[in-house]
Amino acid sequence: MNNTVFGLTMLVVGMGGTLATLFLITLVIYGLSALFPVRPEEPGKEKK
Amino acid sequence: MSEAILNALGALFEGVRFLFSHGGPNVIMIAVACTMFWLAIAKGVEPLLLLPIAFGCLLVNLPLSEVMAADGVLKTLYEFGIGNELFPLLIFVGIGSMTDFAPLLANPRLLLFGAAGQLGIFITLMLALALGFSKEEAVSVAAIGACDGPTVIYVSNMFAGMDRIPTAMVGALAVAAYSYMALVPVIQPPIMRLLTTRKEREVKMPSPKGKVSKAALIAFPIVVTVITGIIAPKGLPLMGMIMLGNFMKVTGVVPRLASAAENEIANISTLFLGLAIGGTMAGPQFLTRETLMVFGLGLVAIVIDTVGGILLGKIWYLLSGGKVNPLIGAAGISAYPMAARLVQTEGQRWNKHNYLLMHAMGANTGGQIGSVMAAAIMLSLLKGLGVI
Repeated sequence: MNNTVFGLTMLVVGMGGTLATLFLITLVIYGLSALFPVRPEEPGKEKK
Repeated sequence: MSEAILNALGALFEGVRFLFSHGGPNVIMIAVACTMFWLAIAKGVEPLLLLPIAFGCLLVNLPLSEVMAADGVLKTLYEFGIGNELFPLLIFVGIGSMTDFAPLLANPRLLLFGAAGQLGIFITLMLALALGFSKEEAVSVAAIGACDGPTVIYVSNMFAGMDRIPTAMVGALAVAAYSYMALVPVIQPPIMRLLTTRKEREVKMPSPKGKVSKAALIAFPIVVTVITGIIAPKGLPLMGMIMLGNFMKVTGVVPRLASAAENEIANISTLFLGLAIGGTMAGPQFLTRETLMVFGLGLVAIVIDTVGGILLGKIWYLLSGGKVNPLIGAAGISAYPMAARLVQTEGQRWNKHNYLLMHAMGANTGGQIGSVMAAAIMLSLLKGLGVI
């Protein structure tokens, strides 16, 4: 495989793969947030 | 008798003779070590790493030094913890236990900035190939764009262990990576100002409300580890260790282990890693045209990372109808928490009532995950392409 093909493959699949994987993790975090929702702050507790 | 005394005295001056005969590169590298001492001590540039690296560099460049000979102390450290990738991974356990993913979990979309902030890796890879670096060398140089010293050392040393890149190049890459990480506050602000308008920089973003649940914080490192293991198993040690450190911290049931990871383990590994990396900086092997190119390409990588993050921020600004401040895109790199603090400072410079820190922290932790994920995916692609 020559360097140009190698570089382009790494650029497209590497950057695309990174973006797609992080997007997948983002969706999973949304899933986690739905399962374990963010709790409202308790101002009284914060001041302690 | 007098001959014996003269021979003995001659042995004492062997080092001086070496310096004057062919010690030029060593003298230059001793000057480089002194410059690193100055940067670490007087300027506070990454002293935790730069100080031991500089000392290792000094030790290996003193005339007739045997610290990197077969049983030399730095060679032993190198083989004990860098040749087998142990030290960077131990440092990752510490980094994981120092990282707070709560801002990211409060606003998961910020993780995408962590992807945009890796653009420099892949563009630099192409540039390095165009400049004549081999595939393995180009990947190692490109890893500087991860803005993450241990990742650079992990990736490059994997190739050095296979004799695909010179060992001296690992030292050059590590020094370039840590230097540019320290220079993020110098490199990023001009790019931020160049690529954004005043109106964009002044955008106020409300702070995220509420507290992320402990269950989500505990589940997160497990989920990320499993996804990385399935998609990019070659990078699992990197992601696994960072998530292990974080998992120990967020569970709260092993405070001694979390504290040890954050302090003793990270400190000892950092010291040994720095010394051993400094040991690879022997003048004759280090002072090459490639080293200069590594430093040049490293700078390009970090500039492109910043551009990638800010451009995604600008797209987001447009799509959200002006509700997202594009500056937070600059935090999508792995230099944690420096990049996030920089965004906060830059945001307040243009709008005194602007508090971008929590959003920037989310993007910054996204950058940490993104950089490790990009390295993991690169390694898995290399395996798929039959390069390793």
